[in-house]
Amino acid sequence: MKIFTVVLLCIAALPAQASETAITQVQDSYRTEEGSAFAATRGKSMWTQSFIQKKSGKQVSCATCHTADLKRAGSHIRTGKTIGPMATTANEERFNDPAKIEKWFLRNCKWTLGRECTAQEKGDFLSYFQSE
Amino acid sequence: MNKRIFAGALIMAASVSLSVSGIVFADRDEYERGLFKRTGTVPAVANKLYATECGACHFAYQPGWLPARSWKKMVGELDDHFGENAELDQESRDAITQYLVTEAADVKPNRKSRKILRSIRDTDAPQRISTLRYMVSKHDEIPARLITGNAKVGSAANCIACHKGASEGQFNEHGVNIPGYGPWED
Repeated sequence: MKIFTVVLLCIAALPAQASETAITQVQDSYRTEEGSAFAATRGKSMWTQSFIQKKSGKQVSCATCHTADLKRAGSHIRTGKTIGPMATTANEERFNDPAKIEKWFLRNCKWTLGRECTAQEKGDFLSYFQSE
Repeated sequence: MNKRIFAGALIMAASVSLSVSGIVFADRDEYERGLFKRTGTVPAVANKLYATECGACHFAYQPGWLPARSWKKMVGELDDHFGENAELDQESRDAITQYLVTEAADVKPNRKSRKILRSIRDTDAPQRISTLRYMVSKHDEIPARLITGNAKVGSAANCIACHKGASEGQFNEHGVNIPGYGPWED
């Protein structure tokens, strides 16, 4: 009976673990030198920093679509598509696939900042998503 | 004698129900006529990668809504996809292009694709399905307040908001249900 409970608990904890594994894996790939660290606070301040989109002339930040509250769902400013929360605690399924993490960093950094994010910036964002 | 009458009645009933089901099928944009199988509508999406990658952000439009040249151009310009960045890795791009061009309007014949092709110039590679002449003419009776002015619809590009069978390629009027308004009949 005890074993049964333990197994059940393990299964329940699986999604959370999968996202943690994927994030650690991606963050490790960002580490350029031994001992470099990622900071949730840096990720947080960049999250709401505004940039001017060259083509549209609009002021945008990550929070424009995702909202400033990682636990809340956002919506795309143009298409209205609902975007699930970014906090790992509120959306365990989101960060299970390293390739998917990279795909969206590439798209959304270019869209928002007009350039790719640095490894440091991406690592900071991931720490921020885990901290809320 | 009785047996014969019974058999006759059975054949009558069968042919009546067959012709009725024929009408029903025609109404649902799928029908067969004579020796040739003709499909009335664009084939449903049958590619997992396309459905996942493209359907992550919007309705996964059936490839039959645009000619191959349009799809090639679109996948080649995903970094500026109607103002959004929808970049994909080379491998996914190739696989998706391959799927789209083998199912495109000018490759897989059906009534809807034919109408689409008739409404565009051979030299053009249009990108926006919702503004194709055929699409505009199909929606011109619907007031803008029910589409662009309707928060639950947003734009004519949001097929699935009103066409409940859109994913299966069913776009006939009987399957229309406009959010906040209801069914639409002529």
